[in-house]
Order: sequence, then C-alpha cells, then structure tokens
Amino acid sequence: MSGVSLMLAGPATGLVHIFDQPFMRYAFIAGTAIAAAAGLVGYFLVLRSQVFTGDALSHVAFTGALAALAAGADLLIGLYGACVVVAIAMAALGRKGQADDAVIGSVFAWILGLGALFLSIYTTSATGANGTSGVSVLFGTIFGLSPGQAVTDTAVSAGVCLAILAIGRPLLFASVDPAVASARRVPVRTLGFVFLGLVGVTAAAATQAVGALLLLGLIAAPAGAAQRLTAAPFRGLCLSAGIAIGSVWAGLVIAYSAPQMPPSFGILGVATLTYLLAFALTSAAKPQVALS
Amino acid sequence: MVTELTAAQPGLSWNLVEDVRQLLLYPFMVNALRAGTIVAVVAGALGWYMVLRRQAFAGHTLAIVSFPGAAAAILIGISATAGYFIAAIAAAIVIAAVPRSLGGRARSSESAVIGTVQAFALACGALFVSLYGGFLNGLTDLLFGSFLGISSSQVLTLLIVAALALAVLAVIGRPLFFATVDPDVAAARGVPVRLLGTIFLILLGCAAAEVSQITGALLVFALLVMPAATAQQLTTRPLVSFALTIALGLAIVWLGLAVAYFSVYPVGFYITTFGFGGFVLAAAGRSAAGRVRALVASQGLA
Repeated sequence: MSGVSLMLAGPATGLVHIFDQPFMRYAFIAGTAIAAAAGLVGYFLVLRSQVFTGDALSHVAFTGALAALAAGADLLIGLYGACVVVAIAMAALGRKGQADDAVIGSVFAWILGLGALFLSIYTTSATGANGTSGVSVLFGTIFGLSPGQAVTDTAVSAGVCLAILAIGRPLLFASVDPAVASARRVPVRTLGFVFLGLVGVTAAAATQAVGALLLLGLIAAPAGAAQRLTAAPFRGLCLSAGIAIGSVWAGLVIAYSAPQMPPSFGILGVATLTYLLAFALTSAAKPQVALS
Repeated sequence: MVTELTAAQPGLSWNLVEDVRQLLLYPFMVNALRAGTIVAVVAGALGWYMVLRRQAFAGHTLAIVSFPGAAAAILIGISATAGYFIAAIAAAIVIAAVPRSLGGRARSSESAVIGTVQAFALACGALFVSLYGGFLNGLTDLLFGSFLGISSSQVLTLLIVAALALAVLAVIGRPLFFATVDPDVAAARGVPVRLLGTIFLILLGCAAAEVSQITGALLVFALLVMPAATAQQLTTRPLVSFALTIALGLAIVWLGLAVAYFSVYPVGFYITTFGFGGFVLAAAGRSAAGRVRALVASQGLA
C-alpha cells in the first residue's frame, strides 16, 4: 500500500523505494537470471532458425502447468517436466535434430487443445479455483513469485547460462555449418538434443516471468535485435543477453510506476521497441555502406 | 447454462438418427454447425497452401493476433467481429512487408520478426484485458473458443467473408501454386510472386479471423494445419490432396462439435484431438505402406 502513496507523491520518489518491496526484489533477481538465459538460448534459436520450436514449447509450458494444477501437483513439476520431455521428443522427431513445420504445428496445436481440457477440468473441479490461475500461467505473474519459486528459477536459469557457455563453441560450429562440423567430429546430433533440452528448461523458467504466451518475445526479440546489430557471434551473444536483461529491468520499473499495466506488457514492449530500433538503425546504415 | 443443458439432454444412444435429431434440436447448435462448416472449408483451403508454402509460423501468428484485436474491440466498445478481422489483416500486411529475400540469414531474421510480432500482439491483448478489467470468463472464451453464442448474423458475416476469400483464392489459385512450388521459375515467367505472397497472407489472415471466432485464438492453428498436413501425408497429387484437406476439415469440425455437445469438456479439445488423431494415423499408415512397398520391391528384385 505504501507503494501506491509514494507513487502519488511522484513517480521518481516512488522509484527510489522500489527495492523496499520484497516482491520487487524477487522479481528483479529472478527476472535478471531468466532474461540472461532467454537471451543466450534465443540467440542460438534464431541462428538455427528454430524459433517456431520455441513457439511450440511455450504452448507446452501452458499445458504442463495446467496439467499439474488439475492433478493437484506442484506447478513447477508440470512446467519443467512437460517442457523438457517435449523438447527432447521434438529433437527426436525431426531428422538431424530439427523437426518439420507441419509436424511441430500439429503436435503443439493438439497439446494446446489438451491445455484447454486441463483448464476446464481445473476450473470446474471442487477445489474452489477460478479462472485466474489459467490466466496467470498464460500471461505471467512475475510480481507474484514466492521466495521459493524465485530461488528455483534463478538457480535453474543460472545453470542454463553456464551450460550454454560451456557448449557455446561447438554449438556455434554445429549451427553455422553442420556438415563440416560433423566431419570434424563435432557431435552435431547430441548437441541438437542438449540444446533443445536447454530451450525447454528456459521456456519453463520464462513462463514464470512473462507467461507461456509471451515468452517467445523474450526469446526472439533480443536475439533478433542482436543479430541485426552485429555479425560477431560472441559479441552478439552478450548483446542478446544484455538486451533481454535491460528489457526485463525497464519493464519492471514501468509496471511499478504504472500499476494498470501488466509487467509482461512492459517487458515485451521494451523488447519489441529495441528490436524496432535495431531494425531502423541497420536499414538506415546499410545504404551508407553500399555508397562507401 | 451448463446445468440446463445437461438436464435437457438425455445423452447419447446407439440410434444415430436420434442422436442427430438431438444435435439439431437447439438453434444455437444449428448455428454452430453452420459456422463450423463455413470455417472448416475456408481454413482447409488456405491451410493447404500454408503448409505447402511452409508458412506455418506466419499462420500461427495471424491466428494469435485476432485475440488482441477482439480484446481491443471490446475495450473501445465496437463489435468483436470487426476487431478480429482488422487485427488479422493488419498483421498480415506487417508480415508481408518483411522482405523474404533469399539465403539462410534472411530466413532466420524473418522468423525472429514473426516471433516478435506474435509475442507483442499477445502482450497488447493482456494489456487491453487488464485495462478493461474483470472480464476473465470472456478471456477464456476469446482464447479457447465457445460455440454456444453464435448468432445468425455472425454466421452471415462468416459466410460473406468466406465467399470473398474463396473467390479471390480461386482467381489466384493457379499462379499461386506455381509461385509456391518454384518461385524462381515463376518469377522468370513474369508471375508477380511477391504480390501473390502478400494477397495470400491477407487471405490467410481473413481465414484465421474467421476460425478464431469458433475455436478461440489459440486453437485456430489446429484447423489450419492439421487437415492439410494429414492430406499431404496421404497423397502428393495437388487436386486430390486439396479436396481431401477440405473433407478432413469438415469431418473434424462436425465430429468435434457433435461430441462436445454431448460432453462437458471444451470443443477446442475435441477438434484438436480428432485432427491430431487423423494426422498420426495418416503418418503411421504412410510409413507402414512405405515399408510394405520396399519389402515387395526387394522381393521382386530377388
């Protein structure tokens, strides 16, 4: 409540006390780790043209979370379990660890239908639940993270970041030129599996922050912007993670000063704006390069 | 509403004629079947081209943006139908404006654009719903569909838009097929490949907006992709698979609506499940047939 009165006194005075609220501290800590993981994973996802797979996983996250809720289990178990299992199944479905568009589309359309079933089971069950949990899974509740969830998400995201950095070099090689990489004995197929598994974990963690429907933005927009701004892979990776973290911070501050706005919208808005700026910058810069 | 229905309906019996009579007892169900039929034909026809052109991701995004469109329309107080169509067509034009130039880097950059458009559109939807406030049941309907409240005037709108979209598709169908199968040769022969692509995306947007009024924004994609993917598993001949796509779409929608009428679970679940079941059967049948053919061929050689 004190936050509201402070904001009435002026947004700037309110922002000084932004870290006085425990929910704000959890949101910032977990949000930073999740954004870093999403930025790193997203960079490779865009590079490998697998954004559609990320899209599919975001819907799996919704169904997994609601299946856990409908069965009365912990939401996190369903979320992480479903995402990782489906990610690895998708890698197995496609040849060379990349599945076909129509196959992915059919699978995730059905999984979303299952999600609708679980939503209806959960909301009509006798536990006294209402429609809000379905909505919060879809659109995220970063301000509602419990301390336990915040710690889990931060630890998992930090693990994803470390794993991506560890396999970064061979994964980059395998993504850019799979044929040469496999000739040089890089385990291209295994890397594809491990990578999609990491994407699944990231999707599950990001569902907590921005929601199942919006996590694609946190994955695709910073990575797309970074790839437009630089062609150097490791600079691009850092830039992608940086833009993702910046979007989350800015989005949280915006949502804090304008409580009408859902935090997910603030985060996605900033990320989209950054992408648009990168787009405008590079298309303005290109003709000059051609002239010189 | 639900309790009333369950009280009024005696339930399924083995007498098929009796079941169909029950199905057509209420006007809302007749309207739902009419709307479902229109939607299945449009979604099948455009979905067939979508799968062939490998634009499933763009189709999914067009399906999704109808949600913020409808939410915005309800927020400012105009009809949700208008919101569906305006949003889907606007998004189609944005996606078409992104240059589809050749090369892997352009392709990956295009998918990043589509992903960003989609996520931002959904975020806008969340914002509109939050600004409108206290509208959670409506939100679930927008996302997952409801076949209970379709009015006769809505059916008429669906029919008019569907007829227009199919007429345009009939005109551009042949050159579009050519441009899809071999864009380079088509461009060399003077076919306006880029323009056809734009028109196609706008038609796809119309189809997505139509379907989302029945199945909800999140499940549109099932009707766009599943019948087409199944038909293209079964045959490679264009006309046969096109006809098969529409037949499969109709069967999925009719079955889904009929089963949902007799049960308490959402129609979207049944439509996606029947579609996916058909797809799995077709894929399994094809791989089995391929194995048998290989076996016969090896026997014949030996």
